[in-house]
Amino acid sequence: MYGFEAMTFNIHGGYLEAIVRGHRAGLLTAADYNNLCQCETLDDIKMHLSATEYGPYLQNEPSPLHTTTIVEKCTLKLVDEYKHMLCQATEPLSTFLEYITYGHMIDNVVLIVTGTLHERDVQELLEKCHPLGMFDSIATLAVAQNMRELYRLVLVDTPLAPYFSECITSEYLDDMNIEIMRNTLYKAYLEDFYKFCQKLGGATAEIMSDLLAFEADRRAVNITINSIGTELTRDDRRKLYSNFGLLYPYGHEELAVCEDIDQVRGAMEKYPPYQSIFSKLSYGESQMLDKAFYEEEVKRLCLAFEQQFHYGVFFAYMRLREQEIRNLMWISECVAQNQKSRVHDSVVFIF
Amino acid sequence: MAGTSMVAYSSSWSTALLKISPYTFSAIGIAIAIGVSVLGAAWGIYITGSSLIGAAIKAPRITSKNLISVIFCEAVAIYGVIVAIILQTKLESVPSSQIYAAESLRAGYAIFASGIIVGFANLVCGLCVGIIGSSCALSDAQNSSLFVKILVIEIFGSALGLFGVIVVTMYVETCLELFSPES
Repeated sequence: MYGFEAMTFNIHGGYLEAIVRGHRAGLLTAADYNNLCQCETLDDIKMHLSATEYGPYLQNEPSPLHTTTIVEKCTLKLVDEYKHMLCQATEPLSTFLEYITYGHMIDNVVLIVTGTLHERDVQELLEKCHPLGMFDSIATLAVAQNMRELYRLVLVDTPLAPYFSECITSEYLDDMNIEIMRNTLYKAYLEDFYKFCQKLGGATAEIMSDLLAFEADRRAVNITINSIGTELTRDDRRKLYSNFGLLYPYGHEELAVCEDIDQVRGAMEKYPPYQSIFSKLSYGESQMLDKAFYEEEVKRLCLAFEQQFHYGVFFAYMRLREQEIRNLMWISECVAQNQKSRVHDSVVFIF
Repeated sequence: MAGTSMVAYSSSWSTALLKISPYTFSAIGIAIAIGVSVLGAAWGIYITGSSLIGAAIKAPRITSKNLISVIFCEAVAIYGVIVAIILQTKLESVPSSQIYAAESLRAGYAIFASGIIVGFANLVCGLCVGIIGSSCALSDAQNSSLFVKILVIEIFGSALGLFGVIVVTMYVETCLELFSPES
């Protein structure tokens, strides 16, 4: 019953919710980012990060640091926290936490299949995979030639199996088909996650619906913009949009026929939450769109922490951590390549 | 006598209720007083305790201050015990001819009602203090200046249990002094 979660939530979820809120207090603040943006070398970054919660993970790294090492260690911290929470969780929280990682699983699958297509070594690809999305038998993805084999050999045993029903074809995997496969899988995953949250009910359903709807809409806009000028037909494009969210169904109709950015802007400005995002960009510009979407996402994720006794805080924390790792990667790359003037182009402050 | 005037309505609910002995009503009242109060206190303590333990992992300084929330919940159980003991002292045996006299029935119902009053007042009070205590622990872990402010809310919440105890104390004093077996 909505409104009365406070009476029974803490039986199973109270301890973990308190832990995730403790982790949230350890996210980097604007002051930390200001310090990091003023660093001259990667060693300065390591020194500043050792004063934050990343300290124990970075202190043993030898001196010529690479940006990939920094990002890898920060991701390792996220993975450790996630695994700690997952092993303490009971149903339905454990299923909820697992749902959060399916997006990474999809990305890993696509990474390996694309890499194999371009004749890369499997071991090298496995090292680039995101640790949260690993599963056993991921290495056998390199063997598959088309989607049917992909499904039959590897994916039928993973949690991604139900998402494949819409995209099993016998076509050979090339770049275009792989992107379509990625988006189809992600669409099925978002819809499944959405249904699961609705089933949980209460505050979790309400907060997660909002966050997932924003995700679905953002993906719809990105798919539209990325497929302008490619050979993706309008019907195919419409099939990749999720069937929930603020843009469903009328916004999707308009987005499906867009041929350039200004038409996309025109379609999106009818929706007040997205109108404020698009008003930050001047006409014809799409580079800042990613950053504008990230800022809006961070704002909504921080709002999820305002309410107690729901599972949305776990999802919000994982996403905020990932945003922080993206920020650290951008800052490290700018510092390593000596382009500190561009540092503020892509860093989204969390608080 | 009360029994004979009820013969004409021998199959009605009112007869059934009136024939339940006032001893039963008073015993159930005392059971509810202590049982439901302790339920409320336990509920509140587990709600606060689970959040407190989790939050104290990252912010160990909050443990000693936030035990106050647990103490407020425990006080709710103590109110229930006190009232149960007071109600017990009001129990008296009456000769069997007097069991269904009006004064006996009144005494039995008074103890039953007192039990319900204090039991459910303490149940909601324990819940209230527990939920606020959980939020208090989590907020204190983020920002220690919030602790005293949320504690004020808890104090108001714990007054709810006190209201129940006050009403019951006055009720048993006024209702039961009229009944005395010697008269």
